[in-house]
Amino acid sequence: MIEEGKKRVWSDYQKEIPDDHYFYVRSCIRQSFFPGSEQFFLRFMRDILGKDFFENPSHTTCTGIGYHADVVPFQTIQTVVARHFALMKESGYKNIAISCVTSFGIYTEIIETWKHFPQELEKVREFLYKATGREFDVPENMAHTSDIIYKFRDEIAAKAKNLLINKKTGEPLNIVEHIGCHYAKMFPKYGVGGAEFPRVLSGMIEAWGGKVIDYPERRHCCGFGFRQYLVQANRGYSLSNTIKKFSSMQPYKPDMVLTNCPGCTMLMDKWQYTMKEMENVVYGENGESIPVLTYEELAGLVLGYNPWDLGLQYHMVQSEPLLRKLGIEYDPDDKYKTSDGRQMPIPENMINV
Amino acid sequence: MHDYSKMLMEDIRFEEGLHACMNCGVCTAICPAAEFYDYDPRKVVDLVQSGNNEEIEKLLKSETIWYCGECMSCKTRCPRGNTPALIIMALRTLSIKLGFFTESEKGRQQFAIKRTVGENIFKYGYCVAAYAVSPEMHREQGPIWEYIINNTKDVYERFGGHVKVPGEGPLREISDEVRQELKSIFDVTGGTEMFNTIEKHSKKKAAEMGLQYKKDGIDNEYFIEVFTSNKKKHTI
Repeated sequence: MIEEGKKRVWSDYQKEIPDDHYFYVRSCIRQSFFPGSEQFFLRFMRDILGKDFFENPSHTTCTGIGYHADVVPFQTIQTVVARHFALMKESGYKNIAISCVTSFGIYTEIIETWKHFPQELEKVREFLYKATGREFDVPENMAHTSDIIYKFRDEIAAKAKNLLINKKTGEPLNIVEHIGCHYAKMFPKYGVGGAEFPRVLSGMIEAWGGKVIDYPERRHCCGFGFRQYLVQANRGYSLSNTIKKFSSMQPYKPDMVLTNCPGCTMLMDKWQYTMKEMENVVYGENGESIPVLTYEELAGLVLGYNPWDLGLQYHMVQSEPLLRKLGIEYDPDDKYKTSDGRQMPIPENMINV
Repeated sequence: MHDYSKMLMEDIRFEEGLHACMNCGVCTAICPAAEFYDYDPRKVVDLVQSGNNEEIEKLLKSETIWYCGECMSCKTRCPRGNTPALIIMALRTLSIKLGFFTESEKGRQQFAIKRTVGENIFKYGYCVAAYAVSPEMHREQGPIWEYIINNTKDVYERFGGHVKVPGEGPLREISDEVRQELKSIFDVTGGTEMFNTIEKHSKKKAAEMGLQYKKDGIDNEYFIEVFTSNKKKHTI
């Protein structure tokens, strides 16, 4: 009885994540700033796990950044998303895999709106048909791509070449996880563990041998704030919130930050550069900044992928201190090479080099 | 004077965002904007709940409604199921519709957002694409960003990129036909009208402020002013 009761209590925090057959939608920010992450995800799912992930080149922005910066109306974004659902229907898929937390939040908001206001759904059907001649079905299941990595975290652990353990000390690495507000703060039932007990990243860290750090500002926003970052005059808001987080995590000596949302990844990486440049402040140990990785990048390292095929060289805060702790051997000469092996220039003034 | 409460109720986000506020202030406690700006979501919700039309008009013309970062942390924590950020989104939409947004320094920034992220949607099919994020406007991106912009094709090809060419993969070209579909959606759903409204009132405001305004692009005095200006005190 106690066990059954426990299951019932926790059922609100569970999420059903399909095993296979997804319509995959890219993220504006992830593909621009972390293209290696999306490539790893698709290759691993398709080539290693043998899963079906379909990408349609006609998929576009969801317009989410414009919507949350208040230049795109709600009816417009609903109809753009409905077009994505139409592409999915035309391709014969019922599950959608979303690579962006902003988009994921948008999709959850829209689907919940249609449940609460069915007349909106009918209006959007008419708008889409009028504008494009397309028709759509609402997806049966929506997963953020981190949900899918979470689902297969034990398979990844079973294939691990590098566990999240400091090779020298034998101790688990101290890892900060940052979920990203729009993943589950708006509609908790769509996130693994909901808004109160987010497990999506901590589940990966623990499965792969690391230690999750709890710290006071763990759930504070990264500070993106849409218009607060997009407009130069407002960036003090964005930077101040990132500083609040890093100052709070600093005493716990994190070896790295693991992120869910591409926007958070970008800011937590780039604002560390800004703080070092402006104030000569760093938040890691030994005068170093803290590497900030996407879940795809971390999964790739665990599986033994070449860090430079994952795109770690294109962060501002370089990952070598982390690679050394993990005991990962890497080829410095391969870092800035093209896909056909041509040497590119070496960027200057990087952090942690 | 319009009946602003009635106009706000026409936005389903307002209907969904405001049930009954008991003024506990949990939203303010959790709010990242309240931490750094002179901003208190509890007061905003209290004011719109009062239905005081004159005060709502002042709010629509104020700096206040532009401080929220739409992180939506308030939604999780409100014990009454309100969402102050949804109320803010409805207020911002109404402020734009009525042309009140140009009355505040922060509101005027909608012009800069429309000319950048907004227009990227039609130009590229993305809100943000690497080649649309200029290092000059984003110094915080650091030397790696300038490097990526200078070596775009080589950088992205290693990760399956098809920069500005058709096909799957990151930064692929979004075809003219597809971008036309986006444009049609904007035309049918009020997106184009919102863009035009932002332009119309910004042009008027630029003239009032004696600043140069150009029909296109970001190379004009009004854009630079609204993108960079912090003449008012916005913090606590």
